[in-house]
Amino acid sequence: MVAPVSDPWIAVLAVGAGAMALKAAGPVVAGGRALPPRALQLVAALAPALLAAFVVTGTFASGRSVVLDERALGLAAAAACVWVRAPLLAAVVAAAVVTALARAI
Amino acid sequence: MNLRPWAGPKRSASGFRGGARASIPLCIAVGAFGVSFGVLARANGFGVLAPIVMSLTTFTGASQFATVSVLSDGGGLGAAVLAAIPPASRYLPIGLSVAPVFAGSRLSRFFQAQMVIDESWAVANRGDGSFDLATLLGAGIALYVSWVAGTAIGVFGGDFLGDPNALGLDAAFPALFFVLLLSQLKTRQGVAAALAGGAIALALVPFTKAGVPIIAASLACFAGWWRR
Repeated sequence: MVAPVSDPWIAVLAVGAGAMALKAAGPVVAGGRALPPRALQLVAALAPALLAAFVVTGTFASGRSVVLDERALGLAAAAACVWVRAPLLAAVVAAAVVTALARAI
Repeated sequence: MNLRPWAGPKRSASGFRGGARASIPLCIAVGAFGVSFGVLARANGFGVLAPIVMSLTTFTGASQFATVSVLSDGGGLGAAVLAAIPPASRYLPIGLSVAPVFAGSRLSRFFQAQMVIDESWAVANRGDGSFDLATLLGAGIALYVSWVAGTAIGVFGGDFLGDPNALGLDAAFPALFFVLLLSQLKTRQGVAAALAGGAIALALVPFTKAGVPIIAASLACFAGWWRR
């Protein structure tokens, strides 16, 4: 039998402690010191690698399926905003509005 | 009445207030998903306090949704906790990348590091491998408040707001990351890392749990590193 009250609390506390430790590991262990140049090259390349992964999964992943849906139109709207040199905020809002409209149709 | 359009001193997303301001559209989306997390957790026997404590401590939406979903689907406590690890694992490389900007005692670094999430990390990135701490904290705190407040609204019956996806709010996140990605493509290494990271993530989506494509894509930063 699963205890209905305690299991969620154990999960909440375990996941909370784990997430806090993961986030703090880098800054606590290696914080306040300049990275060596070789490591800085890796960090500089980490941003485009992760950002591309966020874009791809956020736009084309639905669970374990790769899909082409309304979010792709939202991304295209954001790209159009960049094309006309609109600010970041406009691109983000346009993506949400276009995606919502496409879903409503 | 003054009808002159407001002209801010600067438009760049730097500094504490700049970071907070840059994250405003995301705060709406993060708050809305916080509401849906609160609603889901409450509906699955997490009560009122536990979901709020989870948002206060974990502050990683994908991990929180994964844990609540597995537990409510009868997956068991162990599986529910393990499900949170892949989405949170990205904070190891992300945390290492921002580590140099954190000053002060270990305790202060520990708490400041809790404001690191995908979005605050992305807007604080200067593009050369360095980060702006004030921007990171400004965006992080604004998003943290939105996430926790949204969760609280959700557990106290905020399901009247409906599905955030119907408002297209899920599309706000890739749009932000896309715009920030473009500024990272000025060098050949940046383009190579982006192509490799995107390809790795897309290739793994059908075969792995949520979060695994992201942590695997972080390895793309090694693309061509040996030869430099």
